[in-house]
Amino acid sequence: MMRKTLRLLGLVLAIALVAAACGSDSDDTTTTTAGGTDDTTAPAEAGQVEVFSWWTGGGEAAGLDAMIAIFGETDPDIEFVNSAVAGGAGTNARAVLASRLQAGDPPDSWQGHAGQELIGTYVAADQIEPLNFLYDQEGWLDVMPETLIPLISKDGNIYSVPVNIHRANVLWANPTVLTDAGIEIPTTLDEFFTAMDTLKDGGMEAPLAMGEEWTTLHLLETIMLASMGPDGWDGLWDGSGAWDSAEVTKSLEDFAKILTYTNEDSSALSWQDAGQLVIDGSSAFNIMGDWQEGFFREIGSEPGTGYVWAATPGTGGNFQFLSDSFVLAKNAPNRDEAIAWLTVAGSLAGQDAFNPVKGSIPARSDGDRALYGEYLLSAMDDWASDRVVGSLTHGVVANDSWKSEINTAMGLFLLDGDVAAFQTALVAAAEASG
Amino acid sequence: MTTAETDIDVQGGEAPPKHKRFRMENWWGVLWVLPSLLAVMIFVYGFIAWTARVSVSKWKGLDPDYTFVGGENFVNLASDRRFHIDVVNTAIFTVVFVLGCLLIGLGLAILLDKGIRAEGFYRSLFLFPMAISFIVTGVVWRWLMNPAQGERLSGLNLLFDNLGLDFMINSWHATPTWGIAAVALPAVWQMSGYTMALYLAGLRGIPEALREAARVDGASEFQIYRRVIMPLLWPVTLAALIILGHSSLKVFDLIIALAGKQVALDVPAIYMWTTTFDGFFFGRGAAIGMVLLFSVAVLVIPYLWYSLRQEAEG
Repeated sequence: MMRKTLRLLGLVLAIALVAAACGSDSDDTTTTTAGGTDDTTAPAEAGQVEVFSWWTGGGEAAGLDAMIAIFGETDPDIEFVNSAVAGGAGTNARAVLASRLQAGDPPDSWQGHAGQELIGTYVAADQIEPLNFLYDQEGWLDVMPETLIPLISKDGNIYSVPVNIHRANVLWANPTVLTDAGIEIPTTLDEFFTAMDTLKDGGMEAPLAMGEEWTTLHLLETIMLASMGPDGWDGLWDGSGAWDSAEVTKSLEDFAKILTYTNEDSSALSWQDAGQLVIDGSSAFNIMGDWQEGFFREIGSEPGTGYVWAATPGTGGNFQFLSDSFVLAKNAPNRDEAIAWLTVAGSLAGQDAFNPVKGSIPARSDGDRALYGEYLLSAMDDWASDRVVGSLTHGVVANDSWKSEINTAMGLFLLDGDVAAFQTALVAAAEASG
Repeated sequence: MTTAETDIDVQGGEAPPKHKRFRMENWWGVLWVLPSLLAVMIFVYGFIAWTARVSVSKWKGLDPDYTFVGGENFVNLASDRRFHIDVVNTAIFTVVFVLGCLLIGLGLAILLDKGIRAEGFYRSLFLFPMAISFIVTGVVWRWLMNPAQGERLSGLNLLFDNLGLDFMINSWHATPTWGIAAVALPAVWQMSGYTMALYLAGLRGIPEALREAARVDGASEFQIYRRVIMPLLWPVTLAALIILGHSSLKVFDLIIALAGKQVALDVPAIYMWTTTFDGFFFGRGAAIGMVLLFSVAVLVIPYLWYSLRQEAEG
């Protein structure tokens, strides 16, 4: 009798455990509430807004918190639900987001790289709403660069609110190394090659520091822009240019030549490691987005003496941008609250709260200049005056499928060095996914 | 005690004995396995079936598209240059990893079996790496196998340099074509202790009388191992081969932690992940998943068949 009771008890326990395990699936998204400055427990009726991002650490999370604080001031009644998913530079978060969208359970708003990464994925799947009405209502078209708008639109519809701007085509250099070798900062690809030849002759093994595979893709896009010019570059993505053209061949050959100046152990280095090589003087140059400046500051290097910068050789006058932006979910559970959030994200106060902390510039050209450091001020000047073109590595010009095929083609090229096969693969990628 | 009867019933297979009065004991047995049975049916076999369905669809992008395209995804993989690299890399990795573990594991087991002092200490020492996850191993070995040359030497290369073993300095996983073999080294380090434990158990199962008999017949120590011990260890070797082999086909975390995503060190599992979740090629990703499943099945099913037959005969 005793034994039976025990068994029964065990069975009940087992069932309870299974039920608990199943049940917890539905509500185990770790949501942290950040109610801004006022610590009111919002009544159940009052709205909330769920915002999904991969900003969980460092300047990004701090910037987001600063913007949430502004939101707490402007909309104290709305509870902000911060559904951030950590890890993998957004890879994990996007996998989680994809499954939530497939299950018909969208967050109200989520983070994504402005441009085709958002449009190709979420507009194609009919998951986000156009935001033209908000741009008109808030007058954002007047304060954001004209050349930016087509890059974040499809068929005249604008699909996201960019909160920050990073520049991809930046050349970082070690001023001491340049002075010792008697080199000026190169402004064209030819000058770049000459300068690096000089450095190589002087005994420097790898004048250009490079990191793991995605930083190589980043290098490729800046070199292609330099080689083809902004019109040629834009044409590759809007369908007016051809991937099998002689200009593309030339740009890939330039890229192949650039690679001969890079460090052999690049595949084992992060972008920070590559930046460190420039600061240490082991290499003279590094081509990386302007988050590199944040790293330089972090390790205590001073602008001007520790490092200098310029547009990547051959791309002066062009601002190859990438941007984090927020979207409005179609069928958002809290549409009005989501619009309130997006209004703050695009506002001057919101952007000036976020960007100085994150180390980027506002998408608006009217940011408060007192808040930004030396490099960021120069980037703000260029942002206001340069022609804006999009980044490939960071999701502006190509959708995810296309980008991943280009990445594979480049990875194969790094193995075999065959320019013709590389171009053939790029043509195939454009046909299949462009 | 009714336990023995229950055991027999369970092993006897699906068909319950046709007693007039179905015994309570049987119901308990069924109830106990029911939760895991259900979970396995849904989360293993159900998802295998679903993946198989996706692998013959043209699903690309966020929205599921189950349009049937037959074997197109598989045919495309056959001509996919990246997948060719995956296959070659997996082959190299498997050979280095499995052979390394078997040889080192056997060697360690034989040494320990000789009855050294503090055997338990050494046993734990060699087994401990197995308690570490591949991610941790990958991160640590990323530092150890730093391929930087010249003034920036570090990790093992720096050690070689300090010991005057300059000829051993190499670029590890950054080596063209054979870099994947370097990635297999940490895996060998991690799993050879486990292989040792398997062999040690096998060695302890061999009766001393057999060795004695061989010695009486005039066999040398080497001959004893070659002719008596090794054949008796064959089932252990086979089991180790299966366990190591199938985990090497599925390797993912170690490479990601050690070298990140790069085509040079790509394997099917990494290609499956990146193409599915970075590129949204769900059909292609599912096809790679099915290829992985088949290749593991080719390895595991003959073994299951073999060991079931052994049991039936024994």
